[in-house]
Amino acid sequence: MIKRKLRILIAKPGLDGHDRGARTVAFALRDAGMEVIYSGLHQTPEMIVNTALQENVDAIGLSILSGAHMTIFPKVQALLKEKRLDNILLFGGGVIPPEDVQRLKEQGIDEIFPPGSSTQSIINYLNETFSKSQ
Amino acid sequence: MFDKEKIEAIKLETEKEGFIDDSDSPLTGSGIPIKRLYVPVDISRFDYFEDLGFPGKPPFTRGVYNEMYRKQLWTQRQVCGYGTAEETNERLRLLNKIGQTGLNIVPDTPTIYGLDSDDPLAEGEVGREGVAIDSLEDMRDMLEGIPLDEVSISIIYNYPIMFCMYLAVVEERGIPLADLAGTLQNDTFTITAGAKAWIVPPKASLKLSTDVVEFCTKYMPRWNPVSLVGYHYREAGCTAVQEIAFTLSSGIAYVEAGLLRGLKVDEFAPRLSFFFDAHNDFFEEICKFRAARRLWARLMRERFNVQDPNSMRLRFHTQTAGCSLTAQQPLNNIVRTTIQALAAVLGGTQSLHTNSYDEALALPSEEAVKIALRTQQIIAYESGIPRTIDPLAGSFFVEALTNQIESNARELIEKIDQVGGMLEAVGKNFVQRQITEAGVKQQQRIESGEEKVVGVNIFAEPNENLRMEIMKIPLELEQKQLARLNKIRRERDENKTRRALNNLEEVARKGLNTIEATIEAVKALATTGEIGALYRRVYGNYTDPGL
Repeated sequence: MIKRKLRILIAKPGLDGHDRGARTVAFALRDAGMEVIYSGLHQTPEMIVNTALQENVDAIGLSILSGAHMTIFPKVQALLKEKRLDNILLFGGGVIPPEDVQRLKEQGIDEIFPPGSSTQSIINYLNETFSKSQ
Repeated sequence: MFDKEKIEAIKLETEKEGFIDDSDSPLTGSGIPIKRLYVPVDISRFDYFEDLGFPGKPPFTRGVYNEMYRKQLWTQRQVCGYGTAEETNERLRLLNKIGQTGLNIVPDTPTIYGLDSDDPLAEGEVGREGVAIDSLEDMRDMLEGIPLDEVSISIIYNYPIMFCMYLAVVEERGIPLADLAGTLQNDTFTITAGAKAWIVPPKASLKLSTDVVEFCTKYMPRWNPVSLVGYHYREAGCTAVQEIAFTLSSGIAYVEAGLLRGLKVDEFAPRLSFFFDAHNDFFEEICKFRAARRLWARLMRERFNVQDPNSMRLRFHTQTAGCSLTAQQPLNNIVRTTIQALAAVLGGTQSLHTNSYDEALALPSEEAVKIALRTQQIIAYESGIPRTIDPLAGSFFVEALTNQIESNARELIEKIDQVGGMLEAVGKNFVQRQITEAGVKQQQRIESGEEKVVGVNIFAEPNENLRMEIMKIPLELEQKQLARLNKIRRERDENKTRRALNNLEEVARKGLNTIEATIEAVKALATTGEIGALYRRVYGNYTDPGL
């Protein structure tokens, strides 16, 4: 049986224009054989969830460097739940201190990749998570 | 420097000793192979007058001023901005108290995007990446008690809005415009392709930028109306060579824009300033700064036939590399920042911001920013480095590497010319793709272990407790700012504001210089968001072109 490619949306929520991390992750996931949709900058939670729905993605990765992660992550998650899309994996990274990583995971965010994370660890995480569910 | 015979003899000896074959040379980040040994042969065509000259004279390789740090140290200018005007004012006063010598203000993302703090898009972002500036009142309160006629200020903003608010404050205080020393970042290209943050499309942004240049050329001889920023491209992932090439190409575009506006090159070019990164590769960075100065001097003469040597003088501010900071073993960042600051000083910077050790995770705490400033002060007062100008000149390695960087950067600038110049290049995503590609390659080198990061891929401590005391921006500050904004809206003379905004819109639509009308608008308490919306109405929106 041919394993279909994972479809991952990499998104930049909010006004933060630092997109190096998002772009680097997008390219790495693509090189690892995943279908990557990059949202571009200045996405609202609504736009992100709509794109996820339209593109029929398996997971959403949010990149936030502005410090607004405690507002934005829960918003995206709430919207996913509201639209009954909470089977979509929600992960992210950026400038997120350890105590906030903890709090976000307690709120149900699936995984956070803080500063110093490797793209390989993200690839491994996605592959492992989805091979378990197949 | 050495006669032909000696050069030949050295060359032969070098070959004999096995120093010529360096096929396994490690590369710098920009791909330049570094030999095990440099000898006079490596700079055999070296001409002191052509290549180095004297500081303060073209080609300025050795430095932009004749006395450099002997007369005046680089300005110690720490970026500052968070929360509301009150918090930022407090931090500015602290920084001044602990010895910084220049101001450096950064606004928050809603302000940068021309949005008011109560815009739906601003939620959660107010006062986070910088200070919230919704109106003249915020600018005034932020600068309360700061002697603007005695200290120079750098405003990290790329549209006339904040600049005009600053001018209105200065006018209130009775300080003549001509006395003001400072810089407005005002670089369209860096906000399109580097640290992405725009209100309107690049062409319109350049027009508004040039309004500032024109205004300052007339009224503010001590002001730098543009700071051409390489730092953001570098932080976004590009190499040292690309950093110079994109920045100098931007400079060329600004000169062309000024000329199109009817200004004479020698009238405004002397006040174009620059802003570079200081990254880890110590010698590549030092040589980068020297190469940038020489290349700019040459390009200005070649392309614009400038007569005034001041028009060839590349003055720059430096910031140590934010993207090199690690969350792991954060105190190591103090060492990184020190090495990077040294490179900037040995490279002849005019102004310097040093990062704080906790900045991989947050804005700088008071303790961390103090250490960052003390780093500069120790270099300035204890190391002895400022005693002599361009101390590394004449090093076979440094001169060879400076030459190589200059040559590689020139090649890329010519490529950008072929694409149509910097405006076309950012419009076509050319610059952005180059940056992304370089950044991806660097990440691959780090993950393969080829590029080493202490504490992350070598000497890592897997069970390290990464928690530390970091600065938190409480959500209450957003509420505080909203209250301030609402008060302005309630209490201002609404008719006066409307009239001023209508006038500004008319001026903008006519294609005239918008600065004076913007000053009137901000004096009438028009908000950042109202002017931002005006710009969007007149000039349209711009969407991120994506990958």
